[in-house]
Amino acid sequence: MTATDLSGATTHASLTAAELAAVRADFPLLSRTLRGGRPLVYLDSGATSQKPDPVLDAEQDFYLQRNAAVHRGAHQLAEEATLAFEDARAQVAGFVGVDEDEIVWTSNATAAINLVAYAISNATAGRGGAAARRFALAPGDEIVVTESEHHANLVPWQELAARTGAVVRWIEVDDDGRLRLDQLATVVTDRTRVLAFTHASNVTGAITDVSAFVARAREVGALTVLDACQSVPNLPVDLHALGVDFAAFSGHKMLGPTGVGALYGRRELLADMPPVTTGGSMVEVVTMTETTYAPPPQRFEAGTMMVAQAVAMGAAAQYLGDLGMGAVAAHETELAAEMLKIAEIPGVRVLGPLDTVDRLAAVSFVVDGVHAHDVGQVLDDAGIAVRVGHHCAQPLHRRFGVAASARASASVYTTVDEVVAFRESLGTVRAFFGL
Amino acid sequence: MSSPMEQLYQQVILDHSKKPHGRGLVDLTAAFASESHQVNPTCGDEVTLRAQFTETEDGRRVVESISWEGQGCSISQASLSVLTDLVTGQDVATTEHLGSVFRDLMGSRGKGLDEAREDELGDAAAFTGVSQFPARIKCALLGWSALRDTLATSGVLEDAQTATASTTHEHEHV
Repeated sequence: MTATDLSGATTHASLTAAELAAVRADFPLLSRTLRGGRPLVYLDSGATSQKPDPVLDAEQDFYLQRNAAVHRGAHQLAEEATLAFEDARAQVAGFVGVDEDEIVWTSNATAAINLVAYAISNATAGRGGAAARRFALAPGDEIVVTESEHHANLVPWQELAARTGAVVRWIEVDDDGRLRLDQLATVVTDRTRVLAFTHASNVTGAITDVSAFVARAREVGALTVLDACQSVPNLPVDLHALGVDFAAFSGHKMLGPTGVGALYGRRELLADMPPVTTGGSMVEVVTMTETTYAPPPQRFEAGTMMVAQAVAMGAAAQYLGDLGMGAVAAHETELAAEMLKIAEIPGVRVLGPLDTVDRLAAVSFVVDGVHAHDVGQVLDDAGIAVRVGHHCAQPLHRRFGVAASARASASVYTTVDEVVAFRESLGTVRAFFGL
Repeated sequence: MSSPMEQLYQQVILDHSKKPHGRGLVDLTAAFASESHQVNPTCGDEVTLRAQFTETEDGRRVVESISWEGQGCSISQASLSVLTDLVTGQDVATTEHLGSVFRDLMGSRGKGLDEAREDELGDAAAFTGVSQFPARIKCALLGWSALRDTLATSGVLEDAQTATASTTHEHEHV
């Protein structure tokens, strides 16, 4: 690897010990104990993060003080609720470097990606008029993804292809789990209409060189769709600077609540996109025979939104922003270095890069002779929570020749001591099974 | 009192997982025979199980052979192995009954079943500890799900039900 710094981690100071202690004190769940009184070592933040008091308070405060229907009604509560909802949108937009009218609330990141796929589908069916024709697909058009994708950024494109006659192609990964940038020139062609790829793999932790993907997509006139679920909680992310057309991320992985996620869409693209879910709140004029639609982002927010959760996701963005994502990334790079020492344990194989360059503190691994479920069980017995299974990335596991792996993943509140405890426990696994 | 981990990984389970019985698919040649492919979607574990049933001279339909190929955790592999031992040679009604008892065991949240029913399960009673780990119950049931599927698709089940019904009827006369 070249000495790039896609994470921004090397240019920032990490969290101090005092800052980290203060952060941990904000997360009530981290102090609970498990079976046998064992302290919790939570290394499954890649699946979902824990929530700090300011986020929990924001959600509760909304219900206690401001709860009302947003964008309708002229009473004071409705005004305050709408203000809180839209302030949260601005907080999330600012956190990822975009404008607030470019953020669409969705129920989660999967829904955000599906929104784009179904908008393209609707445009292909002729919806959205002349403006939407830029999105329409024809048989033989190509959608390019990567072998690293979470199923959420793969299956919706398979389905879109099946509906439109388009073809799905993909960029492969090398043995270290890095995307094969050399294949961009051959796999992405004039036929490519959509290039959907992850910013950081939830399995290998490898961070993608987004600029290479965006540059190639622009050469061929393809739309870019970035899965930013793993990057937004762990790295400084500036979507305008990255230059992608769309990006999806979830609230629950970035210290926010479940039930809310966000779709970023470049303003002029959202403006031309036909709606997907239709109904109340997303219209201008409705007659018995036809309807005109509201401008974005409301056009894509039909029905009652997850207002309290959006407000809390705004609080999560504020919380992370106040800590500074550069410091968060630097902290997690230290954790990644500690995690990667597991590669020295006999029988342990890491799926992904073995250095901390351009990688998250999300480390998947297999233990020779012991199934991932059994690995996870031994760790669980020591109070250590890791993910086991295929992490919603079956093709990538197949690429590595395994059905399942275990994964340790960190967040801002994870400590080096926790990673050390994990390593020590992992060292006992093979012996437990008589190996 | 042993720890939940010791209850989960009973020696008999570890032994079966290391040297599983029934692994290696055999050709299906019997009168009633079927194959089932089952997947645990949470971890990608999978099993292909083949079951063959024959009719004995006295008209009973019994499990002639179980064979399987799969990859998965120690719990799923051991469960397949124990299942193979437990139902081979048993008649269809007993096989169904054992599956039902095993599913009850998995639903017992670590409490197990009464002694008589656990005795019926033989080595499979060692899986009591699994039932207190909800994430692992599917592992233990993977093979049993495949077996139930083969009972349904092999054609042996409908015939057997008719036979069972008539047996029950006769029993009432007594």
